[in-house]
Amino acid sequence: MEVLVILVPLALALGLLGLLGFLWSLRSGQYDDLEGAAWRAIADDEP
Amino acid sequence: MQAARDFSHYVRNAGSGHSHIDLAVEGVSCAGCMSKIERGLSAIPDVTLARVNLTDRRVALEWRGSALDPARFIDRLAELGYKAYPFEAERAETVEAERSGFLLRCLGVAAFATMNVMMLSVPVWSGNVGDMISEQRDFFHWLSALIALPAAAYAGQPFFRSAYQALRSRNVNMDVPISVGVVLALGMSLVETIHHAEHTYFDAAIMLLTFLLVGRYLDQNMRRRTRAVAGNLAALKAETATRFSDTGEIAEVPVAAIRAGDVVLLRPGERCAIDGAVIEGRSEVDQSLITGETRHVTATYGTAVYAGSLNISGTLRIRVSAASEGTLLAEVTRLLDNALQARSRYVRLADRASRLYAPVVHAAALLTMVGWVLIGVTWHDAIVTAIAVLIITCPCALGLAIPTVQTVASGAMFRAGVLLNSGDAIERLAEIDWIIFDKTGTLTLPQLDVVNSASIPADVLELAGRLALASHHPVAAAVARASQATAPLPGVVEEPGQGVRAMVDGVEVRLGRPSFCGADRLADEILMRDPEASAVAFSRGEACFVFAVRQSLRPDASAMICALQARGIAVEIASGDRELAVRAAAQSLGIGEWRAGVTPADKIARIEELKLQGFTVMMVGDGLNDAPALAAANVSMSPISAAHLSQATADLVFLGSALAPVVAAVDFSRKALQLMRQNLWLAVGYNFLAVPIAMAGFVTPLIAAVAMSGSSVLVMLNALRGRRVAPRRL
Repeated sequence: MEVLVILVPLALALGLLGLLGFLWSLRSGQYDDLEGAAWRAIADDEP
Repeated sequence: MQAARDFSHYVRNAGSGHSHIDLAVEGVSCAGCMSKIERGLSAIPDVTLARVNLTDRRVALEWRGSALDPARFIDRLAELGYKAYPFEAERAETVEAERSGFLLRCLGVAAFATMNVMMLSVPVWSGNVGDMISEQRDFFHWLSALIALPAAAYAGQPFFRSAYQALRSRNVNMDVPISVGVVLALGMSLVETIHHAEHTYFDAAIMLLTFLLVGRYLDQNMRRRTRAVAGNLAALKAETATRFSDTGEIAEVPVAAIRAGDVVLLRPGERCAIDGAVIEGRSEVDQSLITGETRHVTATYGTAVYAGSLNISGTLRIRVSAASEGTLLAEVTRLLDNALQARSRYVRLADRASRLYAPVVHAAALLTMVGWVLIGVTWHDAIVTAIAVLIITCPCALGLAIPTVQTVASGAMFRAGVLLNSGDAIERLAEIDWIIFDKTGTLTLPQLDVVNSASIPADVLELAGRLALASHHPVAAAVARASQATAPLPGVVEEPGQGVRAMVDGVEVRLGRPSFCGADRLADEILMRDPEASAVAFSRGEACFVFAVRQSLRPDASAMICALQARGIAVEIASGDRELAVRAAAQSLGIGEWRAGVTPADKIARIEELKLQGFTVMMVGDGLNDAPALAAANVSMSPISAAHLSQATADLVFLGSALAPVVAAVDFSRKALQLMRQNLWLAVGYNFLAVPIAMAGFVTPLIAAVAMSGSSVLVMLNALRGRRVAPRRL
């Protein structure tokens, strides 16, 4: 069970990383235009 | 005189020598538009950023230096086929957007904490029946506390703040039992952890916050989206005024840049965008948007004109007055303030439910504790059981019952062309049994229309329409619209105050006053039959024709009035217009109850009278004179063409030229109220099942978590039924 000492902090660190990623994406305005973002993904690249 | 357009008011300094402007754009609907606009605007030299926001239908633009004129972007967009106008976010919209972002951050934190605490809780639940040693359990409990406590302190802010505010004003709202439940659950769990106990409720408390934040966020997001659309519509109205500078030059500036004391020019056919007094010129003014009176008023030196008046015949110079200086405005403002105070006494359904709910639940918890102590268990066990009762009854489902329905219903209304101004409008609208309509601009369309175009030969109509295109006169505009002409006649001469004339194939054609075209007798005949109309004559050589022009009823008005009556709602007209006009409209719509020539105070008196008789009244109106009545009624609605003050006062705003959104709003709100009640009963039913189990002391954290998520999902699924209403006869 000593493995918990490594695994639990690791799991929490990964979760925290996800949370920080979410907060960063929110701050950089990625949720401002969900509809547009959906279309941009499939739009052709500019010539 | 062509005035230069001056949009400098909207340009912001974006730092490091860049300028920034936001434009609201009409007609952007797909990916194609998006890349077309972005490519088209980026091609302008010095533009550094052109980005379309498809959700809000806006374009953000940035460019180097200050040499570029923003008008150039608007012209470029017009070339591409889009109507655009500079846009300035209203304070209300900025606040909503900020709140939306805050809720999303809270939701992120709460969801993160829920997932991690659950990861720690599940082994404890299963370990309790297996071979988990108590040191491991304690370790997991401490970790859970470490995650849940700070997360709850942050993500719980929306609830704690609202509960604190309610308590400080000696009130109870839904957030009070939620906050009490969460704080007690966390506090008890911490104490239990310290004492190496078996059960903690960190997972239940933080999961509750996550579920509730989902509901709050969805609700807030819908409201933000509605505000954005309303903001765009306001911007696209492009209200500008032609202002004289100190040197006597004129420039077209946005209304937001006009200050009291400025002098503006108002040409025939223009709608006045400011309040002020005439200092030069003489004209006839259509004030129907203000007073409901369709007859024109003569404006000379000193006459007060209000935003929304339409200038008919002559050019006026107007000195802008500070708001509410005018006598009519001052009166309206006074009445409005009184009415708004009365309105704020309404108690939302959610708050009424929590007023009943909170005391019952807290009493049940107290009773549990006292009961167990009397039976003879220790104080510690009694308190733990009592808190378990509070946790299991913590109004998760109750907290979601109303926001989820509101979100779904306001989304459905949005698609039907109704924008919501206030959150509790849905439940108030659902209970109405009496509607008072204003006539001018509400039952009728705001612009003038030709009503006898069927009796005029098609070629004559077309010729008259092409001639009318040369004139700015609103009556001429009606003729042009009726004929759907697009090519103006060449060589048109305008006779001021009379009409326009031109030569076609060697024959003179004229459009204007009946006397100008020699059609007095014909015009009199038409006016005799339809006293509400104004006559505009057209002559080609000796032959003459007369168009009857008037505000026509909304195309579906009569069907929609029937539909409302079929739903058991009494319909009445109260208009500031004269008796003849109101009676004619009432008769053609089949409305028995009508009042003409009423003042704003009369309208309020009528509403109060109906309220006293026990009716729930909705007011639908657009004029400035309707604003106090809109506030006095139980719930109110305005068309998008309404005066500013009325639109801001109304609970709901409907789009387009049809009256159908009014009926759709009634249907959706009735369905929504029904669902809200069902959801409340579902939540209560769940408590009936859960409370005895908790009181008996059988609740484990696992049961609490399952019961809470089960009831929340049930309530959310039920709310989704509000997207559609059963089709019924109109």
